[in-house]
Amino acid sequence: MRVQRWTRTSKLFTAGTLVAALVLAGVPLVFESDVVQKLTTLLILVLLAVMWNALAGYGGLLSVGQQAFIGIGAYGTVFFAAQGVSPYVAMLLATLLAGAISVPISLFALRLRAAQFAIGMWVIAEVISILVRLDQNLGAGTGISLIQLNQYEPNFRQAYTFWLALAFTVIFLAALFFLLRSPLGASLQAIRDDEDAARSLGVRVAARKRLLFVLAGFGCGAAGVLVVANTLFIEPSSVFSVQWSAYMIFMVLVGGLGTFEGPILGAILLFAIQTTFTQGGPWYLVGLGATAALFALALPRGLWGTIEERLGLRLLPVGYRVVEARRDETAA
Amino acid sequence: MTVANAVLQGVFLGAFYAVLACGLSIMFGVMRIINLAHGDVAVLGAYIVYVIVERTGVPAFVAFAVALPVMVLLGYVLQLTVLERSLKSGILTPLLATFGLSIVIQNLLQLVFSPDVRSLGGSAGSVTTASWQVTSGLSVSALGLLVLVVAVLLFAALQLFLSKTRAGWIMRATAEDADAAELAGIDSRSVYARATAIAVGIAALGGLFLGIRSVFDPVSGPTQLIFAFEAVVIGGMGSLWGTLLGGIALGVAQTVGAQIHPQFAVMAGHLLFLAVLIVRFGGGRLVLRTA
Repeated sequence: MRVQRWTRTSKLFTAGTLVAALVLAGVPLVFESDVVQKLTTLLILVLLAVMWNALAGYGGLLSVGQQAFIGIGAYGTVFFAAQGVSPYVAMLLATLLAGAISVPISLFALRLRAAQFAIGMWVIAEVISILVRLDQNLGAGTGISLIQLNQYEPNFRQAYTFWLALAFTVIFLAALFFLLRSPLGASLQAIRDDEDAARSLGVRVAARKRLLFVLAGFGCGAAGVLVVANTLFIEPSSVFSVQWSAYMIFMVLVGGLGTFEGPILGAILLFAIQTTFTQGGPWYLVGLGATAALFALALPRGLWGTIEERLGLRLLPVGYRVVEARRDETAA
Repeated sequence: MTVANAVLQGVFLGAFYAVLACGLSIMFGVMRIINLAHGDVAVLGAYIVYVIVERTGVPAFVAFAVALPVMVLLGYVLQLTVLERSLKSGILTPLLATFGLSIVIQNLLQLVFSPDVRSLGGSAGSVTTASWQVTSGLSVSALGLLVLVVAVLLFAALQLFLSKTRAGWIMRATAEDADAAELAGIDSRSVYARATAIAVGIAALGGLFLGIRSVFDPVSGPTQLIFAFEAVVIGGMGSLWGTLLGGIALGVAQTVGAQIHPQFAVMAGHLLFLAVLIVRFGGGRLVLRTA
């Protein structure tokens, strides 16, 4: 018996992912700006799905309030840009702000369990949304534009935003990937599998959860930054909408809760659905809600979890696998 | 004087929140789950009453008497089809499944009834307009008083049901320890289904009051869920009378908050909720815990 992490498939695929990221970086040089804008939306979805999965899939923390950080990222960008810093610097500052705010929130929120945490986070998002609505400088309830981005020529602006989205996605995916592969990651996956058992083995559950919560705060903040950079206009009712949580839950449940690759698959699926049903509308949302509920009940490991189980496939390996030793090895 | 009036109106508003929260509290008490579609179920109840009123012209209260059995049956079926399954697989699954259900209900309501705002106020008779002026700054509305009386009677009836009837004992036993109850020959599935049926029926009553007090639309549910959950938490999760007091505390916080600034009403309720959570679960130990 041997314990291994990499297989030939996963080596090829991980290399392929890196190549894909490089190829994606070339997209704005070749394609029209509407394609670039759509791909930026896809990257935002990937980022959100991966971050929500980090919380729920590994930390067992089901949040219905991650739109709090999306809103902080988006409104933070507008705020810093209004102070006179360059819009792209404002975007980095806003991401840091979202991550920083997640620390004090975590002190309080992580004491709550299950539904209390889920709805507690939702109420926190509502409180932040009300604070924004009360601030005339942030456009109050009617919304505000990121006018500072108009100084860039539209095609360049779209390209810069796309590269920023690509950089954020790669950075946060890589951060989670290496986090899960580190010795810390083993304890995170142990918490995912059985929190009480992990605690009894001496895993510092609270500290690990805080790490994931702050990572997700940064990540969702970054996604909010990208939302305002991609659409140039935000209003509290859309950017703080619980709809974001609905999308995140759909992507992660369909893709595969607690798997590394699943949320990426889920984001691509949601993106494909959104591009097909461009009118959106109630039927489309009925479908999303029903699918999410069905997956939660009938296929809790999602599409990717099921594929992984059936085929033993690992593309971006964060765990280990036990394989039968080959005959020649046993002989030796 | 305005503060006294704000408190009084807060009590009336809070009684409404307590009715909304009551079903949530029962389901948490019996099954330890929170139904994230609870607010949408209440709004669905309001729409069913609305349809009956529109078709037949009967007063809203009569229409509710017709809608109630439908909603109770719906709750029973909901438990046996969706919630029963979700109970078996961890604490997150019921939340995920009911969140999905919430989106489904909201958007089906959009499809059937359009996003227009509706109200039941016009079909509830003179109770919506009557009020008594106690002193110059203090007025008691008939509707507020009615909701308060109904809320108190509702909680008292539930208390009697749980403490005096056999079905109530069985429900309490199942809530205490479902496995032990099973050993004593109790079918926990049917107890859970009854609990959800009661909860959904009471949610419909909350929907009726929502429609009479103000207006509703297909996406009113999530806000009602948040207020209901806040009432449950403020009153202490799992405590029935606590939920009534929690609802009233939330209502008073909102109306007194509105005195400070109209936009501060909902905020004051949220802050009270978060403060209760901090006190109850923070326990003065707001330090970085490492283990």
